[in-house]
Amino acid sequence: MNIIGLYNYWIVVVLMAIGFFIVIAHENLIKKLIGLSIFQTAVFFLYISMGKVVGGTAPILDDKWHLYSNPLPHVLILTAIVVGISTTAVGLALVVRIQEAYGSIEEHEIQTLNAQDQIECQLEAYGFMKNNAFSVKSLDE
Amino acid sequence: MITHYPVLQVIIPLIGAPLCLLFPVPRLAGLFALLVSSLAFLVSCGLLQQVMVHGTLVYALGGWAAPWGIEYRIDYLNSYLLLLVSSMSTVVLIAAQSSIRRELPQNRQTYFYTAYLLCLTGLLGILATGDAFNVFVFLEISSLSSYTLIALGTDRRALTASYQYLIMGTIGATFIIIGVGLMYMMTGTLNMNDLAERLPEVNHSRTVLSAFGFFIVGVCLKLALFPLHLWLPNAYAFAPSIATAFLAATATKVAVYVLIRYVFTVFGIEYVESVLPLQEIFLVLGLVGIFAASVSAIYQLNIKRLFAYSSVAQIGYMILGLAIGTQLGLAATLLHMFNHALMKGALFLAIGSVVYRINSSQLNHMAGLGRKMPWTMAAIVIGGLSLVGVPLTVGFVSKWYLVLALLEKGWWLVTVLVLISSLLALIYVWRIIEWVYFTPARIHLSEVREAPLSQLVPVWILVIANIYFGLDTSLTVGVSKLAAQSLFGLFGAAP
Repeated sequence: MNIIGLYNYWIVVVLMAIGFFIVIAHENLIKKLIGLSIFQTAVFFLYISMGKVVGGTAPILDDKWHLYSNPLPHVLILTAIVVGISTTAVGLALVVRIQEAYGSIEEHEIQTLNAQDQIECQLEAYGFMKNNAFSVKSLDE
Repeated sequence: MITHYPVLQVIIPLIGAPLCLLFPVPRLAGLFALLVSSLAFLVSCGLLQQVMVHGTLVYALGGWAAPWGIEYRIDYLNSYLLLLVSSMSTVVLIAAQSSIRRELPQNRQTYFYTAYLLCLTGLLGILATGDAFNVFVFLEISSLSSYTLIALGTDRRALTASYQYLIMGTIGATFIIIGVGLMYMMTGTLNMNDLAERLPEVNHSRTVLSAFGFFIVGVCLKLALFPLHLWLPNAYAFAPSIATAFLAATATKVAVYVLIRYVFTVFGIEYVESVLPLQEIFLVLGLVGIFAASVSAIYQLNIKRLFAYSSVAQIGYMILGLAIGTQLGLAATLLHMFNHALMKGALFLAIGSVVYRINSSQLNHMAGLGRKMPWTMAAIVIGGLSLVGVPLTVGFVSKWYLVLALLEKGWWLVTVLVLISSLLALIYVWRIIEWVYFTPARIHLSEVREAPLSQLVPVWILVIANIYFGLDTSLTVGVSKLAAQSLFGLFGAAP
């Protein structure tokens, strides 16, 4: 098996694993997004590698060149890069708002706060809260 | 004009979304979104009618013929689901007008409608396209806009729910493009029909096997198949009620469609069964999902979360239909996709009206509402009975066909389990009835009135559809069977 010749695929696999690991293992929401980006970038490499033709150039019509790399995967990845950037942007925007709402971007702290919210609802439901009149918004249209 | 229907279906909401932003008053943006969605609905009616008359429609985008350009391909299966998605979206938008005005702050309402139309574009695009990479692009359009829709919820937990969905959804989508990339590597094409023709030649290779594996896991994340459903309950519970109603009625169904399309059209059921024990995996995960999610639903206090868990359970039934692997089983799955959209649409819209009036979706806050909001609560009860599968409702029709398919296959034990699981649904529906009708009302409920007509009408359109399609099954069963036939009749070849 040609291990060295396939080195770009090895890089893809390693990057993919690193990215995936960061997403799962890290508590910090921004680090998770970084991991997600690395994971997506690995896929970009996979696509770009498969479009390469040995000795081929960019597909420009010219008499000097006859062998071209396949441009289609590259175009697909342009789309995927746009998708990746939008995902990161939405993710970061969410993290900003999570920071505003919770005062933290560490997953376990947020989970603790969420659990508190949940318990308050439960307590109220079974009548343990003194002030159990919840707000009814003004009822006129 | 008529020949351009397949692309108009997707283009209309796509152009509508940015135009929506130009309206200075949110109220106008809402009405405009409703107009756009109704146009999409009319187009999908036209498409279904054309498909019924002429068979599969093929549309080359920008005039580029199939292997080079992107092809839209509309057959029985697509047109049926296009009709479902666009009609649900339109009905939900009627109720959205007043509900969004109450639930969201003024400055975010326009953005809500924009994201909503983008999400609709994505879902319709996934259904219409015949190109493997295009599916990914539309999938991300719909996912990114649904993260936004969920994050618009007023509870702060909406933000974490949306973040969690973003992480899991992106992993799912990335798995899908890995799968598509590996398929492209082996076949040199992205067109689904070409893929279906060329994959059998390279079937034995490990690349195709891993492509298949990545693809299935990615799609199962998107459709929230049990163990991969963790993003769903919170996302549905804390999103604005209208967003929940729309996503619950359409998004997971579209993901199930992608699964069916790839398993049956692209890879072909023969290949799938030869390389993976997919039937057994789906059977086990489907059944475990039904039971685990139904039991979780029983213990929920938030009614939105309760029905979110019930959605996970219902997805279990759809997957179970696929696991049977016969034509009748597939028809049962398709039927349940349609029927479940009707039930969950009605239920979540009715819950939207409850939130509109009492500003809460906690069951304990709904105590005694049965007298205050009789029509809304009656809608929840009928929707709930439909979930259980009581005769005269659509739920009964889909369970009936599922059980028929199971018996045809001779799986007695599974049939019994499916019937027992319906009892679990009865328990959680009963809990709601108990809170709503048999618990004394709270004092502060005295001012609560019935929901406004603009919400009652869409809710009851769906409730009546629940009953109508439970009695007259010619459209739903007919089209489901035709679609299942065409998927089975020509596996590997053109749909």
